[in-house]
Amino acid sequence: MIVLRLALKSLVNRWITALLTIVTIAASVVLLLGVEEVRTGARQSFADTISGTDLIVGARSGGLNLLLYSVFRIGNATNNVTWQSYKDIAARPEVAWIVPLSLGDSHHGFRVLGTSTDYFTHYKYRATHGLSFVAGGPFSDLFDAVIGAEVADKLGYKIGDPIVLQHGLGEVSFLEHDDKPFRVAGILERTGTPVDRTVHVSLEAITAIHVDWQSGARIPGQSVPAEEVRKMDLTPKDITAALVGLKSKLAAFRLQRAINEYRAEPLSAILPGAALQELWGLVGTAETALRIVSAMVVATALLGMLTMILSTLNERRREMAILRSVGARPRTVLGLLMAEAGVLTAVGVALGIMLLYAALFLARPYVDAAYGLHLPIAPLKPDAWATLGTIVLAGCIAGLLPALRAYRLSLADGMTVRT
Amino acid sequence: MYGGTAEPNGAAPDIISFGDVHFTWPGKNAFALAIERFALPARERVLLIGPSGSGKSTFLSLLCGILAPQAGRIEILGRELTRLGAAARDAFRAEHFGIIFQMFNLLPYGSVIDNVLLPLSFAPGRRKRATATGSAAEEAQRLLARLGLEEAHLHDRSAANLSVGQQQRVAAARALIGAPEIIVADEPTSALDRDRQDAFLDLLFAEVSAAGATLIMVSHDRSLAPRFDRVLRLAEIAKTTAAHLGAAA
Repeated sequence: MIVLRLALKSLVNRWITALLTIVTIAASVVLLLGVEEVRTGARQSFADTISGTDLIVGARSGGLNLLLYSVFRIGNATNNVTWQSYKDIAARPEVAWIVPLSLGDSHHGFRVLGTSTDYFTHYKYRATHGLSFVAGGPFSDLFDAVIGAEVADKLGYKIGDPIVLQHGLGEVSFLEHDDKPFRVAGILERTGTPVDRTVHVSLEAITAIHVDWQSGARIPGQSVPAEEVRKMDLTPKDITAALVGLKSKLAAFRLQRAINEYRAEPLSAILPGAALQELWGLVGTAETALRIVSAMVVATALLGMLTMILSTLNERRREMAILRSVGARPRTVLGLLMAEAGVLTAVGVALGIMLLYAALFLARPYVDAAYGLHLPIAPLKPDAWATLGTIVLAGCIAGLLPALRAYRLSLADGMTVRT
Repeated sequence: MYGGTAEPNGAAPDIISFGDVHFTWPGKNAFALAIERFALPARERVLLIGPSGSGKSTFLSLLCGILAPQAGRIEILGRELTRLGAAARDAFRAEHFGIIFQMFNLLPYGSVIDNVLLPLSFAPGRRKRATATGSAAEEAQRLLARLGLEEAHLHDRSAANLSVGQQQRVAAARALIGAPEIIVADEPTSALDRDRQDAFLDLLFAEVSAAGATLIMVSHDRSLAPRFDRVLRLAEIAKTTAAHLGAAA
């Protein structure tokens, strides 16, 4: 229809303002959807980091804290679990497997995890994915280390390279275990989890490098050479935490209670999923705030469009008088202006979707590397479509305001063509 | 549409008649206009002399059905306009009126052809007549050529690039396309110089005659009078009471 074509030409005629309006709306849509993508991506990433583990055991502390330091390497343990307690739990009939975790040292800012070779078989991420080696294999010698994909990338290590662990967790440490260097025995495949940023050694190795240490410092005058250490009993005195797999998931609550009520020392056992829920509850407020902010940005963009249309209204009174003179009904004039707002919003939203995917595509490798956040590039969810539909609808409704004004003007102007 | 009134032999019947029409603009400083009686036979060429402030714009809006009077009766082509709703009046105007404004007649971003074809979107009867012998675009081109815009390259140009004289001729083609019964022209030549005024009116008159239409032209320029069948002063037809002249002038 010629009227629609002319309306479109009118818009094209004002292409600079129209384009700016579209870009503003598109940017606000990118923000709105982007926040949602990052939010779900982060949740998924967290939830995917640990699977197949039924309980995590550590010294008594908050469940969230235990989850964060044992799995995500965020924060520190308040206390340790004695080897005796570990053995007691491991001996319980419900337990299918148990993997000890010992944290506290680092290597160039990457955390060192003392564990057993069972870790490589029982640790699972993204539901069913297990750890696999790009090169080498699990540690076989006391001073063997297995490094995550990012450690290997960042530090350029390959199999056989010697590495020296640092005491404590600082990026730069003056206390080095330089008397007992390790050898890179295996490199793990990239997982998108904190495993990529971890140096794994055996539990015995952790004991070995600390035999001549006390209270976080080397005992002066006492240095046990690496060769001597090999002959010593390297059974650890304590560990930081343990991952537990059960024969039957139904036993999880029973064992959890048993561990929480363990007499010999105060312990905590947590279900990873429940602790994650606790985390979501904690960050939920921030997420809501982010969503409100991005919704307000969308509202601002629509207001900008409103301003743009309103500002052109006066110069377009002539156009409306002409349309009225050839028989257009005031309703047609109203419809044209609403359609204009609708088209601007819809094009803005469409551009926003394209920009979002472009941004996701470009930012994904960086976000993955920098934050270990795996952003999925998937079709928009029904929720997102509903949100976008609401935005277009809101755009049309926003268009109602200038449209009604034009309607009133065209009625009042009658046959007068104003300039 | 015209069929409502049978055409008796000899004298043409009135195609426009106003009876006891009263219109008041809403608002405090209301400008009011009253027309006791006004009638026009078909195919006449009438010049209405009216300076600004004489209620010219209000009169034309009533005539074309953009405004509806609060009281009285307006009959056009046998149809009682005052009994129609706003939408029906808009459709009636599209079908039976061709309107030429003083200036700024065209949608600047549309092509010349688009501008000429514009009324046909609202008037199926006119579209039918315009396409009786060919496509609507061909009819538009024929009219433009008759009005002295024969250069085909002009037709696809944006209307904004035309001279004022050319724009008025395009407006005339738009008013004439599909042969509406009544052509209303609101000072169509006031933006043109003398030579161009005459040339424009020659073309317009020829086309109006060819289409058998009635022409109502409003102007404050008395010197145009000799060219018309009848000259009326708006002040004689319409009584205005104005608190503020600017309100509807």
